[in-house]
Amino acid sequence: MNALLPALTATARAAAHANPGTNCRCPDPDTVLADRADDAVVVRHGGVVAKAHDPGTDPAGLSLRLTVAARLPDVLLAPLDPAPVTVHGRQVTCWPYGTPVDPDTPWDAPWEAAASLLARLHRAPAPAGLPAMRGPAKAARAIRRLRMLGPHPAAGPVLRAWSALPAWARAEAPPPSARHLCHGDLHLGQLVRHPADTGPWRLIDVDDLGVGDPAWDLARPAAWYACGLLPPDEWTRFLTAYRREGGPAVPAEGDPWPALDVPARALTVQTAALAVVKSHTQGRELDEVEQAMVDACVRMSAVAPELTHGGAI
Amino acid sequence: MQCPKCHAPMHTYNRNGVQIEQCSGCRGIFLDYGELEALTRVEAQWAQPAPQAYPQQPAPPAYPAAPAWGAPHGGHGHYGHHRHKSFGHMLFSS
Repeated sequence: MNALLPALTATARAAAHANPGTNCRCPDPDTVLADRADDAVVVRHGGVVAKAHDPGTDPAGLSLRLTVAARLPDVLLAPLDPAPVTVHGRQVTCWPYGTPVDPDTPWDAPWEAAASLLARLHRAPAPAGLPAMRGPAKAARAIRRLRMLGPHPAAGPVLRAWSALPAWARAEAPPPSARHLCHGDLHLGQLVRHPADTGPWRLIDVDDLGVGDPAWDLARPAAWYACGLLPPDEWTRFLTAYRREGGPAVPAEGDPWPALDVPARALTVQTAALAVVKSHTQGRELDEVEQAMVDACVRMSAVAPELTHGGAI
Repeated sequence: MQCPKCHAPMHTYNRNGVQIEQCSGCRGIFLDYGELEALTRVEAQWAQPAPQAYPQQPAPPAYPAAPAWGAPHGGHGHYGHHRHKSFGHMLFSS
């Protein structure tokens, strides 16, 4: 890891300058955007972002995922080169820098743009051989982290809600029917404007992209709304924009919850599990927002998951 | 939650943003404080003919559909604290 960061920075610098020997006058040179153990490391140099992918990344899968990004530049940020390079044993890709959503003003979040990009992604054809969308696998990983924690008062309801989910949502079986191109890890950190500041919004991070149930990509905002965290008007804006763009995850009219129920439960459970792990690691109680996710897990046990088609109460 | 009458498990449903518990055994319904009034209000709104010339009051906000396991809406939402810092962080993390 210590050797990786300077090498990754050098990769970004080289990609940003045609002649790396010249004096660099880039604004914000060598900014570390992410550096998490056992996860991706991301650095920026001027107009270029270099990403060292998770050490467990499957090279063939990543290659296909990068091809999708290169083919859909109106939806996904396109890589500078769709072929990754290897740096200190890690697969590394370079991307143009785009401006992220300002974390200090999340109420300005581009919900319509996010929904419209997702609808277009879901309607695009998936290349042959593209692996499964990794949303359920990430939920299962969060549960493994919770189990490793040992006894915790909030673990019981979270694990109970998890065990009530169908096997596909726990990454133990393929998804039942819906096979669409999906992002797999949508949140507000996955949107950037490119060109920076003025360009249109694009989705980033193809590591979890794949085929699966497109409702998974709507399920995080759906879970936030269901847990009383996302205001109803913002949820409505997101859902309406998705439907307007012809997104296939939910019916065009009527109750979207028969389609959203299982993925939204899974993402609530995932978020609750990670919140329990995080609060425990930081030696503190769950805060109000984290508790809202655990409370939703408690309520889930009283109501069986909805069937995807029909099944509404 | 168990039914106070027959002790069968009670299931939670969301009706027009009002959370109600129904017994899976005797089908009895349990309403929390204020929920009967909320249902009555929704019913009255439904039954009332549209106001002709002078609308008296703006209609109370209608909440979009939510799952039965969702948080009770209508004043209880955490977004009342406009953007809890922790939720701000949650919006941006995997």
